[in-house]
Amino acid sequence: MRRVVITGVGVISPVGNDVTTFWNSLCAGVCGIGRITRFDPEGMKATLAAQVKNFDPALYGMDTRAVRRMDIFSQYAMAAAQQAVENSGIYGQIEPERLGVYVGSGIGGMTTFLSETDKLREKGPNRISPLFIPMMISNIAAGNIAIRYDAQGPCLPTVTACATSTHAVGEAYRAILHGYADAVIAGGAEATINPLAVGGFSSAQALSTSQDPRRASIPFDRERAGFVMGEGAGILVLEEYEHAVKRGAAVLAEVCGYSNTCDAYHITAPREDAKCAARAIAEAAKEAGITDRDAVYINAHGTGTPLNDKSETVAIKAGLGEKAAYAAMISSTKSMTAHMLGAAGAVEAIVCALALRDGVIPPTIGYEQADPDCDLDYVPNQARQAQATLALSTSLGFGGHNGCLAFRPVKA
Amino acid sequence: MTTFEKIANILKDYINCDLDDIKPETTFESLKIDSLDMVEIIMNLEEEFSVTVEDVSEIKTVGQLVEIIEENRK
Repeated sequence: MRRVVITGVGVISPVGNDVTTFWNSLCAGVCGIGRITRFDPEGMKATLAAQVKNFDPALYGMDTRAVRRMDIFSQYAMAAAQQAVENSGIYGQIEPERLGVYVGSGIGGMTTFLSETDKLREKGPNRISPLFIPMMISNIAAGNIAIRYDAQGPCLPTVTACATSTHAVGEAYRAILHGYADAVIAGGAEATINPLAVGGFSSAQALSTSQDPRRASIPFDRERAGFVMGEGAGILVLEEYEHAVKRGAAVLAEVCGYSNTCDAYHITAPREDAKCAARAIAEAAKEAGITDRDAVYINAHGTGTPLNDKSETVAIKAGLGEKAAYAAMISSTKSMTAHMLGAAGAVEAIVCALALRDGVIPPTIGYEQADPDCDLDYVPNQARQAQATLALSTSLGFGGHNGCLAFRPVKA
Repeated sequence: MTTFEKIANILKDYINCDLDDIKPETTFESLKIDSLDMVEIIMNLEEEFSVTVEDVSEIKTVGQLVEIIEENRK
């Protein structure tokens, strides 16, 4: 039986543009949310977001030409991919045909879409950039990464809204498990802090309208009132265990379960009974061989919308059983990173791996008011020293997409 | 400024290279300018020189591009 392990990770996030800074920020409860500076948010219902700070594509091997040919979401993806590939040492240590790329984006190159739409209006159709389509399409981050690392194996960018990169990592895990690749660069990227996306999510009543950065993204709190938009990228190098051992790679954690289900219910609202999200959690946990003796950490989807956190709490109870649900340590790191949309799942998978490595559970910050509908252990406000034996990461996206990944510390 | 000098300057800014790297006989391939870049560069030149260029597929060198722009300006 093949096994799949994580041998490299990389992040571009609102709380750090490298894994060490990112992880230290989460453990210290640093909040990446502030007033939007990417554009003037005056007059918008939501004026806060968690922006990536001080991003310099030149630090990640992207010259002027590369930057000109990539939307910012692709640049984030490439930067996180470079970190993950360097961290793993995989490049040059694998046949190109056996290296895959599963990197998705929930939305894709919206910044490019907006600027070219302006051009269409102002100058007409004959001035639309020939680079418009290959910059905007949401699969292109994966295409660019495959070019950089000569990855000629399976390439499959997922698009499942906020569950995008949980599914990317999960499908990559299965591709290795079933022998289609020996390593896959997997994850997601998003960069949509622009007036169109903020306006659209606001109209869908998904965003918090709080002006207070400390009380805007407050998952599981009774006063939660929507999510805060984040951005960035998370990339993991998944590798077949024996392949990693043979080349002497350092292994961060093992991927040992995954499930993908759909609510088949409503385009934005979760099912109230949460039975399909519960099934995703149950199936991933079962595949990972969960037992009563496991100390479980769950990195929840925990967006901070009234509906999500309530139904996710129901899903955790139904998926694991009440006893295991009440015993589990659960946190939403979106209280710090805000909602990184298509990048969220991969970033949170990385959080799970680091929590298992270091024996630290990052907190849900900004938590003040208990909600009777959300009555589990959300590790409020302070990181906890605790060695989990099983970590789960859940993602739930518009369209009813549910995904759950399971991780364990690596045993030889 | 001659047409060549103007075009060389536009190319220099576009690909961020030295002006000395661009000579009439320089091929676009050697500058790593592909067909997508080429269309975008031509769009810029069409605005700069108020011309219309119909077919870009046969343009291989900077000198050929200069010739086509000059012909179209007549």
